[in-house]
Amino acid sequence: MKFLRFISAGLGAAALVASAHAAGGALHPHEPEGGWEFTGPLGELDMESVQRGYQVYREVCASCHGMRLMHYRNLGEPGGPFYDPEYPNANDNPLVKSFAAQDEILSTEPNDVGDYDYRPARTSDPFKSPYPNEQAARAANGGAYPPDLSVITKARPGGASYIYSLLTGYPEDAVISTRTVEVPAEDVTDSEASEEEVEAEEGAAVVEETETVIDVGHMDKLSHGDAHYEGELIQPLGQYYNPYFAGDTTPQWEGDPRHAPPGGFLAMPPQLTPGRVSYMDGTEATVDQMARDVSAFLQWAGEPKQKQRKSTGFASMIYLVILAVLLWFSFHRIWRKVDH
Amino acid sequence: MSGHPSAYEPKTGFTKWLDSRLPVVRLAYDSFVDFPTPKNLNYWWTFGGILAVCLATQILSGIVLAMHYTPTVDGAFASVERIMRDVPYGWLIRYIHANGASMFFLAVYIHMARGLYYGSYKAPREVLWILGCVIYLLMMGTAFLGYVLPWGQMSYHGANVITGLIGALPVVGDSIKAWLMGGPSIGNQTLQRFFSLHYLLPFMIAGVVILHIWALHVPGNNNPAGVEARKDPEGLKKDTVPFHPYYTVKDGFAIVVFLIIFAAFVFYMPNVLGHADNYIEANPLVTPAHIVPEWYLLPFYAILRAITFDIGPIDAKLLGVIFMFGSIAILFVLPWLDTSKVRSMRYRPVARQFFFGFIATMLLLGWCGASNPDDPIIPMGSDQLVVSYTDANGNEATQTYEEYEAAATFRDQKLDEGVDAAIAVAKAPAFRFVHLAQILTLYYFAYFLVILPLLGLREKPKDEPTSIHKAVLGNDRAAPAPAE
Amino acid sequence: MSEAQSTPHETIDEDRRDFIHIATAATAAAGAGALAYVFIDQMNAASDTKAASSLDVDISKVPLGGEVRVLIGGKPFFIRHRTEAEIKAAEAVDVSKLRDPQTDEERLIPMQNGELNRAMLVTSGTCTHLGCVPVGPSQGNTGDYGGWYCPCHGSHYDTSGRIRKGPAPSNLPVPDYRYVSPTTINISL
Repeated sequence: MKFLRFISAGLGAAALVASAHAAGGALHPHEPEGGWEFTGPLGELDMESVQRGYQVYREVCASCHGMRLMHYRNLGEPGGPFYDPEYPNANDNPLVKSFAAQDEILSTEPNDVGDYDYRPARTSDPFKSPYPNEQAARAANGGAYPPDLSVITKARPGGASYIYSLLTGYPEDAVISTRTVEVPAEDVTDSEASEEEVEAEEGAAVVEETETVIDVGHMDKLSHGDAHYEGELIQPLGQYYNPYFAGDTTPQWEGDPRHAPPGGFLAMPPQLTPGRVSYMDGTEATVDQMARDVSAFLQWAGEPKQKQRKSTGFASMIYLVILAVLLWFSFHRIWRKVDH
Repeated sequence: MSGHPSAYEPKTGFTKWLDSRLPVVRLAYDSFVDFPTPKNLNYWWTFGGILAVCLATQILSGIVLAMHYTPTVDGAFASVERIMRDVPYGWLIRYIHANGASMFFLAVYIHMARGLYYGSYKAPREVLWILGCVIYLLMMGTAFLGYVLPWGQMSYHGANVITGLIGALPVVGDSIKAWLMGGPSIGNQTLQRFFSLHYLLPFMIAGVVILHIWALHVPGNNNPAGVEARKDPEGLKKDTVPFHPYYTVKDGFAIVVFLIIFAAFVFYMPNVLGHADNYIEANPLVTPAHIVPEWYLLPFYAILRAITFDIGPIDAKLLGVIFMFGSIAILFVLPWLDTSKVRSMRYRPVARQFFFGFIATMLLLGWCGASNPDDPIIPMGSDQLVVSYTDANGNEATQTYEEYEAAATFRDQKLDEGVDAAIAVAKAPAFRFVHLAQILTLYYFAYFLVILPLLGLREKPKDEPTSIHKAVLGNDRAAPAPAE
Repeated sequence: MSEAQSTPHETIDEDRRDFIHIATAATAAAGAGALAYVFIDQMNAASDTKAASSLDVDISKVPLGGEVRVLIGGKPFFIRHRTEAEIKAAEAVDVSKLRDPQTDEERLIPMQNGELNRAMLVTSGTCTHLGCVPVGPSQGNTGDYGGWYCPCHGSHYDTSGRIRKGPAPSNLPVPDYRYVSPTTINISL
C-alpha cells in the first residue's frame, strides 16, 4: 500500500494550506447551536430557513446591501428556495413573479423619448439595487460602502458562520454605557457634531462630548474562555464594535494594549431586534432565528448550484471507487505472472 | 522516438499503405504499447501519466471556460459568477479548472521529488530533466496568469506584486514592467493580454511535454534500483515488460485514485485551496490584509520574503528576487551539481537523510510563506510596556514596565504634570517566521550547492544490484521464483 | 499467456481475466461518456439567456397602418396595427390557393375575453426562406400584397403575413404570445 504514502503527502499539503488561512485579529466565527444542516458531503440546505432568510434579506438587509449577481428567477430555479416542480421554468412561478413585481427598478432600456423609466421588475431582472452607484451608497452610509451580498459567504473566511456570528455578535445593551467627557476645545473644532457647542461656549477651554463605552470584559461572547479584558473600549461615532469583524481595536482601547479585545468597528449598527420581521410561516422571529435564516439564505445565494454539486459529487465518488476497484483487479490479473 | 527496434507489423492493407507514408501508428505502438519499461517501477512512477491527465483536463476545461468568460475589468468577475450560476454545468467545469491547477502542482511536485530521490536527472537523462524544469516554469507562468482572470482582490493585488518583482530589476525593470502591463498600472489591457497568454501557454506546455516524452524514450525509464535495463535481448526481456498492458493498467489505477482525491476537492471543498478574498471583486484602492499566493508558490514566496538584508550594492528587494528566481534556476544545473555516480538514494543512506530534510524544508517554507513573517514562532520573554514622555530637560525619555497598572499610573502622573506621554508595546524578542524562512532558504541552497556536490565525492554508497531482475528478486522474494 | 489452454482451470481463469478487463473498460467508457455530456451540455443556452426570452409589449402605441418591431432574445418580431382595408384583404383570400393554407383567423390568438383582436397581427420577423428580415410599412415597401417584402430573394407576404409570391416555403410563423391585458401582449420564444 505504498500509494497511501502519497495520499498522505497530499493531505499534508492541504493541511498546510488550511493553517495558512486561519483568521488573525477577530474572534473565530462559530456555527449556531445545533450546527448547520448544509455542512458535510450529504448536508442540504433547510429550504424553509432559506425562504425565511429571503424575507429577512428583503425586509432588513436589502435597504443597504445589493445582490447584483442574483436574479429573481434564481429563487424559483431547481435548488432555489421557491422552486416548485409544477413550474420547471422559474419565470412562470407565480410566487417568484410576485416577488419581482413588488420591486420597482430603473429600466435598462430607454423609453420613446430616451429617458429611463421605473417599471416593476421581471423575473429575469437582477435583484433591485438599493443605490444607483457606489458613491450614492457611501454618501448614504457615512462613507462606508455596504458590500454586495451575492457571494459574501464565499468572500469571508467562515462563510455562513461568519454572517451568523457577526449579526449576533454585537455587544448586548447591558455592557454599553454612555458618559460625558470634557475634551479640550481645539481638539474638536473640526468635528461637525460639536461645532455648535463650540460656538455656544465660545472662549471656554473645554467642551462636553458624549462617549459610548463598552465594558468588553462582561460581554457574553468574550467572557468565557481564558481571555479576560480589563479596560474600556471607546466606540467611535457612527461605528459599532463587533468582535467578529476583522479590524484593530487598539487605538480605541483604554487598557493594557497587549490585551486589546478581538474584532473591530464597522459602520453597520446592530440590525436584528426580536420581531423585526414577521415571518410568513409563523416562526417566532428571535434574533438568533433571523440571523440563522439570513445566513442560510446567503449560503444558498453564494452558490445556488451547491445541491447539484453535492448530488453529482456523490454519484461521481461511487463511480470512481467502483472504477478503482475494477482497475485494481484488472491490474493484479495482468501482473500476476511478473515479479516486480 | 524510442531507442529500441520497432516491433510493429502492419496487418491490414490500409495500415501497410499508411505505414509506408506516415508511420504514425508505428510511432504510437512503439512509444505506448511495445515500449520496454523496467518492471520494478513503483507507484511514484505513475505521476507522469497523472500529469498527462492533468494537462488534458486543464486544456479541455479551459477551452470551455473561455467560451463564457469576458476579459474586461468590468465584466470578468461577473462572467465567472455567471459560469457558476447560469451556464449548464458551468460550476463543475470551473471548479475542475480551479482545483485542477492545484492538483496539477501537487502531482508535479511529487513527480519532481521522485526524480530527485531516484536520481532521474543524472546522465543520460539531463535533457529530460531540463525539459521538465521548463515545463514547471511554464506551469508557474500559466498558473499566475490564470489566477488574475477572475479579477478578485487576490488576482489584482497578486498581479501587482508579481509585476513588481520584475520592476525590481536594475535599469530595465521599470520599462519591462510597464511593457508587460501595457501601461502604468494593471488595467483592462493587462487583463486582456493575460487572458490571451493564459490560453497560449498550455499549448506550449503540451509541446514541451512531447519533447519530454521523446527525451524519456531515448534512454528509457529510470527505475527505483537506479541501474539501467540490460540491452541484450535476454537481459531486456528479464528486466522490462511492455508498456501496454502492464503500465497502462497500473497508471490507470493510480490515475483513478488521484481522481478520487481531485473529485473530493471539486465536489466537497471546492474553495478550500483558494482564498476568500478572491470572491471580492478587484479594488485597486484597497489591498487585502494578507497577500498570499496560491499554496503551490508559497515556498518561493517565503524565500523572496526571507531576504530582508542588503548585500553590498544589491538591496534587499532585488536580492529577494534574485534568490527566488535562483531557487528555480538552480534546478536546471542540478545534473551537474550532483557528483554521485549512484542514482537511487535507496543505496545512498546518508544522502537520503539530507533528501528528507529537503522535503521537510519545502513544507516548512510553505508554512512560512503562508504566515506573517513577523509573527513569533517561539516567543522569548513577554511583551513589555514602554511609556515615552518628555522629561524635564525637554528630551525624549522612556520607562519600561511589566504591569499595565504601573505604566498607566506613571503615564497619568506625567499627563497631570502637563507632559505628553503615551504607552506603546515593545515586542519581546522571538524566533519569528522570517528567521525560520532564512534558515530554510540557507538549507535549500546548501542542499544543491554544497551537500549534493560534496556528498557524491565523500559518501560510501551501499552495493547496487547488478540488474533490475536481481533487484526485484533480492528485495521482495526470499527464494527466487521463476519470472515470466 | 496464450500457450496454456489445456486445463479447464486455466480456461476459466482466462475467461475471468477477460471479463474483468471488459468490465473495467466498459466502466471507464461510461464515465468518459458522462463527462463528455457535461462538456457538450455547457454550450446549450444558459439560464440567463433562456430567462430573457419573453417580453411584454404595449400594443396601444402601434400606429394604425404601421408596425412595431421588437427583439426577443435577439430574434425580431412584428406587431402590425392593420387598417380595415388590410383586414378585409386578408380575409378575402381564397385559402385553398395558398402555398401554406391558413385563414386569417387561424393566425390570431384570442384576447383574455375570448374575442379576436383582428386589428393586431403578431408574427415572427424572420423570412421563412433564408432568415432575412422583410421590409414593411415603416420602410415604405409592403410588397405586391400589402404585407411585407423580403429584399433578399423577393418573397412577398400579405397583410396576414402569409407567403404569396417568391421562394419562401411557408407563412411568417405566429409566435407564442398571449394577451396580458387588452393593450399588452406577452411574447415568448
